[in-house]
Amino acid sequence: MYSAADQIYKNIEPALSGYGVPDMVITLLAYAVPCGAVIGIVSMIAGMLTYLERKISADIQNRVGPNRVGPWGLLQFPVDGVKLLLKEDIIPDAADKKLFKLAPYLVYSSTVLASLVIPFGGSFVVADLNIGLIFIIVVSSLLVVGFLMSGWASNNKWALLGGIRSAAQIISYEIPTALSLLTVVLIAGTFSLQEIVMAQGPWPWQWFLFHNPFTVVAFIIFFISGLAEMNRTPFDFPEAESELVSGYNVEYSGMRFALFFAAEFSSIFITAALAAAVFLGGGNIGRDPYASGLGWQLVMVAVFFAKAAPLCLLTIWVRWTLPRLRIDQMMAMCWKYFVPISFACLVLTAAWMLLFDGNGIFWRMAKL
Amino acid sequence: MSKYSTQEMVLNMGPHHPSTHGVLRFILQTDGEMMVKATPDIGFLHRGIEKIAERVTWQGFMPYTDRIDYVASVNCNLGYAVAVERLAGVAVPEKAEYLRVIAAELSRIASHFIGFGALLLDLGAVTPFVHALRERETFNDLIEMLCGARLTHNYVRIGGVAQDLPPGFAEKCRAFVDHLEYEFVEEFNELISFNTILINRLANVGVISAETANDYTLTGPNLRASGVAFDLRKDESYSIYDRFDFDIPVGRGKYGTLGDSYDRYFIRIEEVVQSCRIIRQALDRLPQDGEIRTKLPKLFTVPAGEIYVRTECPRGELGFYVISDGKKNPFRIKIRTGSFSSMTIIEHISQGVMVADLVAIIGSLDVVAPEIDR
Repeated sequence: MYSAADQIYKNIEPALSGYGVPDMVITLLAYAVPCGAVIGIVSMIAGMLTYLERKISADIQNRVGPNRVGPWGLLQFPVDGVKLLLKEDIIPDAADKKLFKLAPYLVYSSTVLASLVIPFGGSFVVADLNIGLIFIIVVSSLLVVGFLMSGWASNNKWALLGGIRSAAQIISYEIPTALSLLTVVLIAGTFSLQEIVMAQGPWPWQWFLFHNPFTVVAFIIFFISGLAEMNRTPFDFPEAESELVSGYNVEYSGMRFALFFAAEFSSIFITAALAAAVFLGGGNIGRDPYASGLGWQLVMVAVFFAKAAPLCLLTIWVRWTLPRLRIDQMMAMCWKYFVPISFACLVLTAAWMLLFDGNGIFWRMAKL
Repeated sequence: MSKYSTQEMVLNMGPHHPSTHGVLRFILQTDGEMMVKATPDIGFLHRGIEKIAERVTWQGFMPYTDRIDYVASVNCNLGYAVAVERLAGVAVPEKAEYLRVIAAELSRIASHFIGFGALLLDLGAVTPFVHALRERETFNDLIEMLCGARLTHNYVRIGGVAQDLPPGFAEKCRAFVDHLEYEFVEEFNELISFNTILINRLANVGVISAETANDYTLTGPNLRASGVAFDLRKDESYSIYDRFDFDIPVGRGKYGTLGDSYDRYFIRIEEVVQSCRIIRQALDRLPQDGEIRTKLPKLFTVPAGEIYVRTECPRGELGFYVISDGKKNPFRIKIRTGSFSSMTIIEHISQGVMVADLVAIIGSLDVVAPEIDR
């Protein structure tokens, strides 16, 4: 399959190789442009989500929310970003300085890496890896290293507890997440996210969500485990502010703290985007993205975001409604219920594929 | 023995921890997430209120009683006023008694909102806390109409109350209690009280049996949550509480064991409803005319003697032990508060629970730091 980087490569290769530029440099250039664009877009979305979170929580709680900077307070998040940039950068004396500085970048880079394989609709994907899903699962596990590192390096007991909690939590919830994604892989027969999107159709009965009853369960498990993986209420243990003060990031300030924050909100979007692409048909409008013009491709992008945005809002809504579980209850929920159920979904989907020759529950309708 | 040695971690929780309700400090000995022991360390809010009492006049001490428990200041005013009136033999006009009850019960409702709201906040549920504070805002408006202050009300006087009801207060107050009893409580319970996550967090956590509660002299809602129907408003009635028809909610162990944190949480919501009933009856029977304060001499003195009077505060029994030597200021005042005994039991019931449970236990006991230290 083609990706945005491939197309840029094709366009700039003839011009640049004439000047004797090595092929490696051209490839790097071709990837640098869409990478930068995606990082910018995801950061922008994360910023918008912080604004939305504050505005929606304000609505839920009978407050006004940010309304001073710009129209309806829309410029609040860039202003917050600038404020955090200008803040004094404090590193505790007793901290392990190298690890302390490294941890936020690890956390942030893991979410940014995950965004590289997200198909934004049309041909807008930085790299359409043939192991896309595996890649996402692997890089999102990098979060644990960053959290544990920040918790340890801060030399603060609360931060250490937060780091340990996040390690236990994220590693546990990796399993149901991966297993529920694998049910879709069984149906689509590929790990490439772009191909998974194209294997679905524009209508709800063509989505993998409604392929068979077990994919519905897998979707629900994926979404709840996603909440756990991005440390959102009711699973916000690593930073449980009323228990661990602020958890792993308690000693961080300024831009380092902002990176943790940006990573959290980026991962809200990435989880929603992944759910939209894998279960809800992504930006599929029934046309081949590589044969369509730019106009159709933008429609696909719009469709993709129309599916991802409600999931982001749902995440925010859940946070401002539910209390927090206790850590042992959270672990019991994962190992006693989610892991067996998601495994059952995987096996039963395999059985379904065998029984019905790979057809979904609505396959007759799909043929109309 | 394994070749790796493990050791318990000593954690310092507070005095500026988000869920220690003011400035409490706990020294936690933890084994990972499990707690071995939580030792409370108090005294950060000590202001010497009892010593101040020996230096100011009898009436002059009234504003200081606001600061004993600033979340329920009218109840503290009332306790002190009742003690001094009984010692000095001052009669209180009928109308003033009704006004006192209305203000005190409103204050109890507001205090319980803070109590269970803060508990929910500690459990990570921010929205219910804000919803509780939204209702408390109406209380603040009401009490501001009544006495001009929103936090330290200083409404009760020795021999009466400070002001008569302002016009429009009765209607607004009636609408408020109707809204609470018939609308808010139901909505709130649907939102959070019957939420499975909340029940899992609170049920069977920090169980206090009736005997243990008695041993540690727990009072107020914390004692009643253990199944003991003891309420000073009924059992040792003061002011005019014997004229009202209300129930004493007790813990039932609805989702877990009798006397667990859920009982202590839910009993406060039930008490809000009972307070609404009292306020409605008081508004119905409130005399239209009459004095609101007994005229006292300019130099008010209390005949020599001593008295102990206990009243029902939202956080338990508030006792004033007052000694007078016949002069214009008290000889000695000792204050006994509910939070202090609630505080002592935390060390006992928090052995072997998780750190997250300790937060739930502190919140469910509704400990307020200024009441402990005074």
